[in-house]
Amino acid sequence: MTEPVLAIRDLVVEFDTPDGVVHAVDGVSYEVYPGETLGVVGESGSGKSVTVMSALGLIQTPPGRIVRGEVIYKGRDIIGLPIDEMREIRNKEIAMIFQDPMTSLNPVFTVGDQIAEALLAHNEKMSDDRARDETIGLLEMVGVPNPDRRYDQYPHEYSGGMRQRAMIAMAMANKPSVLIADEPTTALDVTIQAQVLEVMKLAAEETGAATIMITHDLGVIAEMADRIAVMYGGKVVEMGAVDEIYHTPRHPYTLGLMMSLPRITGEIKRLLPIPGNPPSLISRPPGCSFHPRCRMSEGRELCRTSVPTLADVDHGHLSACHFWDEVAEELAREAEATGIQAHGGALG
Amino acid sequence: MAEEAISYNGRDTDPERPVLQVEDLKVHFPIKEGLRRRIVGFVYAVDGVSFEVGHSETLGLVGESGCGKSTTARAIIRLLDPTDGKVTFLGNDITTLSRKDLRPVRRDIQIVFQDPYASLNPRMTVREIVAEPLRIHDLYEEGGEDRVAELLRLVQLSPEHGNRFPHEFSGGQRQRIGVARALALNPRMLLLDEPVSALDVSIQAQVINLLIEIQEELELSFLFIAHDLSVVRHISHRLGVMYLGHIVEMGTRQEIFENPVHPYTQALLSAVPVPEPRGRDQRERIVLRGDVPNPANPPSGCVFRTRCWKAQPICTEETPPLVEQFGHVVACHFAAPLEIKT
Repeated sequence: MTEPVLAIRDLVVEFDTPDGVVHAVDGVSYEVYPGETLGVVGESGSGKSVTVMSALGLIQTPPGRIVRGEVIYKGRDIIGLPIDEMREIRNKEIAMIFQDPMTSLNPVFTVGDQIAEALLAHNEKMSDDRARDETIGLLEMVGVPNPDRRYDQYPHEYSGGMRQRAMIAMAMANKPSVLIADEPTTALDVTIQAQVLEVMKLAAEETGAATIMITHDLGVIAEMADRIAVMYGGKVVEMGAVDEIYHTPRHPYTLGLMMSLPRITGEIKRLLPIPGNPPSLISRPPGCSFHPRCRMSEGRELCRTSVPTLADVDHGHLSACHFWDEVAEELAREAEATGIQAHGGALG
Repeated sequence: MAEEAISYNGRDTDPERPVLQVEDLKVHFPIKEGLRRRIVGFVYAVDGVSFEVGHSETLGLVGESGCGKSTTARAIIRLLDPTDGKVTFLGNDITTLSRKDLRPVRRDIQIVFQDPYASLNPRMTVREIVAEPLRIHDLYEEGGEDRVAELLRLVQLSPEHGNRFPHEFSGGQRQRIGVARALALNPRMLLLDEPVSALDVSIQAQVINLLIEIQEELELSFLFIAHDLSVVRHISHRLGVMYLGHIVEMGTRQEIFENPVHPYTQALLSAVPVPEPRGRDQRERIVLRGDVPNPANPPSGCVFRTRCWKAQPICTEETPPLVEQFGHVVACHFAAPLEIKT
């Protein structure tokens, strides 16, 4: 493979709170290559959003603090860049789409003017008319009907799905090399989500941007991602090709997620939830942070004492579990316990 | 008839009769304008909804935001006053009961809300929260303490949890507390309004399993409202699909998921992202055009026609009635099975 366009290396981010230090991101490393979509999946508090926010200098410091780590964009560490340089990168090179498009658009400017402004800010020689034409073209690309008329409307005149399309248009305006989408469709209804996901695929194809898609939705990520990083308790616990993550998971947490998921097709069986609750990020459990909820860790001293490192276990498939080679057996056991068949894509 | 309307005697009832019967329920919110708050129009939030829920049965109501599913639940227990229609609970017409006469009804129908953060009083301990319904109904003095302990056990919280405050709990545990409170008065029916939507998937599964167990143990009826089709599929015996204030299709879980015949149901099912990367590029997907119309100005005829690929002139002129076609009820002039690959 070619060089990654963006690589996060051993990033550690902490927040000071009255209750103690929150270890939000605890040594996260992943990278994204040109043209690919990396899905980052995890539950609330897993650190999936904070990782990218800190990488782009978007966390408040204090209370936040980048303790260590590198964020390599096109061969250069961008952590600690001066604010204006960072802003330049964020606007032009690495674009972001957030969950709530209403709060990301300015309510007192028309949608069209906001997108045009993004263009003009980075193209000093561009005329206003040209910016308007390009903006209308962008709105058309993301499927906003009557883009000519819609240009002059304000965000409140757009529906949720249309606003998210406008955000995608704005993110794509300067042909970024990396698009980071943080729960881009979580606030949308399912039929609108389907529309927006199609637009995102199209936009990524058009611009060739690498995409980091952050979500808690295992359905969305299965539709969109080429590779997946699974996060838990501020760490990446498993990473690999999308097909392997869904069919041959190598971490018990990933397996637990798959077994807890109600599905739209196939036999209806009892769900097998992950017992317990997510770990406190202030007083983390010793050893593997998943061990208090892990069926495989029962009676095993190693899980309680030693933090497993994320290591390549199968040709680019990474797992942070001491007993990763037993996950397949565990899958078969759980599948039997819940009455589903382990073969034929039972997990899918 | 008139006598029935003023008295409620929920306990002695015919087991053959449905627990809840909703007939042609309408909730129209007035839109007011100007200094004199003149009514200039209506939001047709629920516009003629009928269904029944049987003993120990779960009816799922699904639909996207603004389809009227939550408003329906609120109108049933009269958190909102219905504009029209009739709600019969255990054989009693409860549509026009006075506030006072509603009290015993509200013992028997309880509601659980989506947001476990907003629905629990942060200044009360868990024990106080669960005991509150008992106190309100003057049932706490006799054995209330034991009852609270039993309820906490039922939702798989330990008795020590009773002394803590809501903020000490995770979302899933809070939702258990909400369920314990709803069960305190030994209700016959729970209205569950998006009870697991705010929860992470691993925790969501815990709460879904808990609800299924509680239903079996206590022989409760559920009206389960959710936008997540896979969750609804998991828990419901029957399903009603709502769109813009109407039920457009209703049938058993199997009928709706395996043989949907309304174009909206078909589109909705095909839009759900499938957690299976294999074959994702071959999946046939119905992507609907446009957005849901404004419920203050719903389309004439069939409410779905503005986004429907099958729409014909008749759809503009005539509202399709909810009638039996292909083995279950559906409101469409052109209902037909469709081969959907998911």
